[in-house]
Amino acid sequence: MGTLFAPSQPDLSGGQIVQLPVINNAVSEAPKGGCSSGSCGSTDDQMGHLPDHIRDKVKNHPCYSEEAHHYFARMHVAVAPACNIQCNYCNRKYDCSNESRPGVVSEVLKPEQAVKKVLAVAATIPQMTVLGIAGPGDALANPARTFETFRKLSEQAPDIKLCVSTNGLALPENVEEMSSYNIDHVTITINCVDPDVGAQIYPWIFWNNKRIKGRAAAEILIAQQQKGLEMLVAKGILVKVNSVLIPGVNDKHLEEVSKIVKAKGAFLHNVMPLISEAEHGTYYGLTGQRGPTNEELQALQDACAGDMNMMRHCRQCRADAVGLLGEDRGAEFTIDKIEAMDIDYAEAMKMRAEVHAAINEEMESKRLAKESKAQLVSISGIKQKQESRPVLMAVATKGGGVINEHFGHASEFLIYEASGAGVRFIGHRRTIPYCEGGDTCGDGESALDVTIRELAGCEAVLCSKVGYEPWGPLEAAGIQPNGEHAMEAIEDAVMAVYEEMRAAGKLEAKVVEQQKVA
Amino acid sequence: MALEIIESCTNCCACEPLCPSKAIFEAKPHFLIDANKCTECAGDFETPQCAAICPIEGAILSEDGVALNPPGSLTGIPLAA
Repeated sequence: MGTLFAPSQPDLSGGQIVQLPVINNAVSEAPKGGCSSGSCGSTDDQMGHLPDHIRDKVKNHPCYSEEAHHYFARMHVAVAPACNIQCNYCNRKYDCSNESRPGVVSEVLKPEQAVKKVLAVAATIPQMTVLGIAGPGDALANPARTFETFRKLSEQAPDIKLCVSTNGLALPENVEEMSSYNIDHVTITINCVDPDVGAQIYPWIFWNNKRIKGRAAAEILIAQQQKGLEMLVAKGILVKVNSVLIPGVNDKHLEEVSKIVKAKGAFLHNVMPLISEAEHGTYYGLTGQRGPTNEELQALQDACAGDMNMMRHCRQCRADAVGLLGEDRGAEFTIDKIEAMDIDYAEAMKMRAEVHAAINEEMESKRLAKESKAQLVSISGIKQKQESRPVLMAVATKGGGVINEHFGHASEFLIYEASGAGVRFIGHRRTIPYCEGGDTCGDGESALDVTIRELAGCEAVLCSKVGYEPWGPLEAAGIQPNGEHAMEAIEDAVMAVYEEMRAAGKLEAKVVEQQKVA
Repeated sequence: MALEIIESCTNCCACEPLCPSKAIFEAKPHFLIDANKCTECAGDFETPQCAAICPIEGAILSEDGVALNPPGSLTGIPLAA
């Protein structure tokens, strides 16, 4: 039987803690004009200069707002298996329930099954605010299935935001119908605006009843994407652009893409790393095309940030993902299980509204606390903006914007950069939890090696607890374990550790002990 | 004159709505083509629509068993030796 109880509801009791950076973007730069404003405590309160109507649309959308992703959850339903193009980073032949990446699903659903699943998840995980259709093919290459799902959901679950993710080829002809279902968020994957680059990414498209290959195919796809983007913006639909960073193919080109899509009115740009393991069976995987390093990804995101809101918290989730970003609770909602659930959605909606109100209240109180703190700092005139080198730190969190995860249980770490200008969110790094399931860490050794490699460049790792065993190897790798800030707000803790490093004289020169990579 | 879908079909269903003869239908373990209805799109389109959108090399065969999308023709993935 279904339940209206939410087992992993975030702690909503949170104290007076500082608001997290929102949709991160701006490269940390020297504070402008001596920091006279009240908001200089953070380098990147990007919501601040967004128009109110956009801020309202994204404030509880985990994929659009960095802040929201600590609190609100999303789900995808895999109703759209067909695709109208081929990308070199995709191979639709392969599926695996252990893989987490776009295009991968365990069960394709019929629209009525998808609706049932959405209602079941919404009743069980009330912080789920957003339903997206993202494949596993292309949502708009399956318009009948996609739109039937949206139509039913807009009738039965009006409190859920509806989103579409598309390659853009069939976008222009579908904009009108999309707007009729209150779809106000669309993501277009735009990897290039130059057909010569596109020809290296897309081997073919299906267009006007023909398969078209090579440069001609890329030319059509690019034109459709740009036209679709313009039409959506003209309708007032919020557009996020995703780009896959493919070193040697479009890495130099993406800055131009960012400029163009911003000029056309896209509101957020999400540059994601290419995933190209050989075992995924993709063209890139099998021909040895590598993905970018963490440093290359960050450098490009920073380069684009001058032009555009950049998104750095994307987890590149599966086309059937369920839960907070970074977690996948899809296994709790298989077709068999949802068939056995009996959902009273009218009741569930009341409970959901209460949970959302509590989260919004918590976020608002954090915002106010942050504002008053920033004012205090400017009134007392504390000179804290000293010139000092930026430091990357890794953070283990289960959500809620606080440090509340054990080192050994973390399957991912959030990366923050502290500098004289404040704290900014950089991205996330996935790993294998050091203690997969309790006391006996079977191959914990190699999991630690993975974590140390993934955290390269970080000088501290902040978690609610960290065991004795990983301590030594982390320290030896130049990553200082720190369990002293459990349950504190992430930004505050990162700044506190940074100030401790300053006091200890560690900010003067880069510590060069980081080459020990397993 | 009819095409055939074989077991490498991934059930992506892209072909089904394109068939002008409604010859393609969902089945287990994969989609099938009704040989009595299939016209290979003669008179409707220049090329058979199912084969024009199918992403899987070798999944659609002509009446004499030849792959309409032979290995290497769609993805450029080097053929296994």
